[in-house]
Amino acid sequence: MNDFAGFTTKKGHGANRNAPIYLDYQATTPTDPRVVEAMLPYFTEMFGNPHSRNHRYGWDAEEGVEKARAQIAQIIGANEKEIIFTSGATESNNLAIKGVARFYKDKKRHIVTCVTEHKCVLDSCRHLELEGFRVTYLPVQQNGLIDLDRLRESIAEDTVLVSIMAVNNEIGVIQPLAEIGRICRERKVFFHTDAAQAVGKIPLDVEAMQIDLMSISGHKLYGPKGIGALFVRRRPRVRLEAMISGGGQERGMRSGTLPTPLCVGLGEACRIAAAEMAAEAEHLHALRARFLDKITAELPEVFLNGDLEHRIPGNLNISFAYVEGEGLMMGIKDLAVSSGSACTSASLEPSYVLRALGVEEELAHTSLRIGIGRFTTEAEVDYAVDRIVGEVRRLRAMSPLWEMAQEGIDIKSIKWAEH
Amino acid sequence: MAYGSKVVDHYENPRNVGAFDKNDAGVGTGLVGAPACGDVMKLQIKVSPEGIIEDAKFKTFGCGSAIASSSLVTEWVKGKSLDEAQTIRNTDIAEHLALPPVKIHCSVLAEDAIKAAITDYRQKTKSVSSDGAEAEKVA
Repeated sequence: MNDFAGFTTKKGHGANRNAPIYLDYQATTPTDPRVVEAMLPYFTEMFGNPHSRNHRYGWDAEEGVEKARAQIAQIIGANEKEIIFTSGATESNNLAIKGVARFYKDKKRHIVTCVTEHKCVLDSCRHLELEGFRVTYLPVQQNGLIDLDRLRESIAEDTVLVSIMAVNNEIGVIQPLAEIGRICRERKVFFHTDAAQAVGKIPLDVEAMQIDLMSISGHKLYGPKGIGALFVRRRPRVRLEAMISGGGQERGMRSGTLPTPLCVGLGEACRIAAAEMAAEAEHLHALRARFLDKITAELPEVFLNGDLEHRIPGNLNISFAYVEGEGLMMGIKDLAVSSGSACTSASLEPSYVLRALGVEEELAHTSLRIGIGRFTTEAEVDYAVDRIVGEVRRLRAMSPLWEMAQEGIDIKSIKWAEH
Repeated sequence: MAYGSKVVDHYENPRNVGAFDKNDAGVGTGLVGAPACGDVMKLQIKVSPEGIIEDAKFKTFGCGSAIASSSLVTEWVKGKSLDEAQTIRNTDIAEHLALPPVKIHCSVLAEDAIKAAITDYRQKTKSVSSDGAEAEKVA
């Protein structure tokens, strides 16, 4: 526990009495108290417009912003001049994909992406299709990774951009970035990666991985919400058409006054993540192994979705066969997790990511995403496992599908009336 | 999504979970829904020779509202004649549980489950009577 600026912050379980245990770190992360501390002076004392060149207020704010820019650049091995601040990874993805496609549209008309990308990437691509671009949506293998041969085959003469996410938000799998980068550079195609779930979790190097554009999110790495960044390579130079018109800030790529406290927060979050990544990964690997081992020891018929080896340490996505995900979540209200079940989505369709892996719909309905992170404790993991195991057993006892499976009836042999 | 208190009560304390022998002549079984859609209900009724539902059991794969809907109808059908049970409407279930619009399909499924169980029972008794047992008129 530490105190600052009149706030009290606590770590781990009991941060808020009676609040559920937070196990949804891929949805968002709490802002690290050290980040909040770094941000605070920029709300009150150093509140100047970082673009004001005439006085101390502006200079102080600018100094804060530029320090942050350097901290962000450092964690991905970039130059600070290559970092553009945005409102978040959604904007970064939009700007990278639409911006690059539109800038080069006279010569290039094709984009390659992947079916398990975040909706903001897929939707940006859909928009470009309406503008006359062709988009190839690469499938993924059963482990959630793309097939590099298929990537090679998909690149055409007029391909301008390959956009493949670094880490998937639902299943946490890490795409082979360096290999993708090599293929793209050989074929002289820009490589954009949505690294919202990757920055601060795994080592990234835009030089070694030959990445040309990278989207970064603040709130996924213990920074504030409402801030993100886009890395845009200078050599060889990547050009893009801005989406927001205005004063020409951020090298003309993203006009608008920078939110100094948020920029500073993102920078500090990157600094902390870079310094603590190795230790944190080790901690999370141990917690995750504990979680998975206990669950599989206690419960039959549980399936891990996505590759275990090529995966960030903070993610598990598990199908608990014969138990519907939302029903399960209702029984574990003291755990904040998310589900790939249809009932938790607005569309009533089960997770398109799990479906893309070839996970059958009935299993997709039974999945939970468990995200652990910086403030997760061993005691929380043990408690969560006990609750999940207990509730899965209870719900299986009242599941007609579990009953059939126990009687040896093949559920697929029944003619179900799909509704 | 926040659940209504009645849904939570039925989810946490489901009534009449279990199964009867589906080969028992006095048992009607309804199995509705589909695993691929995320909900399956199995509802069984035990019917007296006088045509009164003496007992009911259910098992449900689905969300909290689906479990609550099926739990509720097992309570409602008990003591009712088949004809009375046939009149239970999904809107009554949805209203009683205060289901939000996105969960109305759970109550529809519960209504379907009762109807399927009644149909199953009637088909069984029909085939029994055509076997030469006492001719019972089924309304």
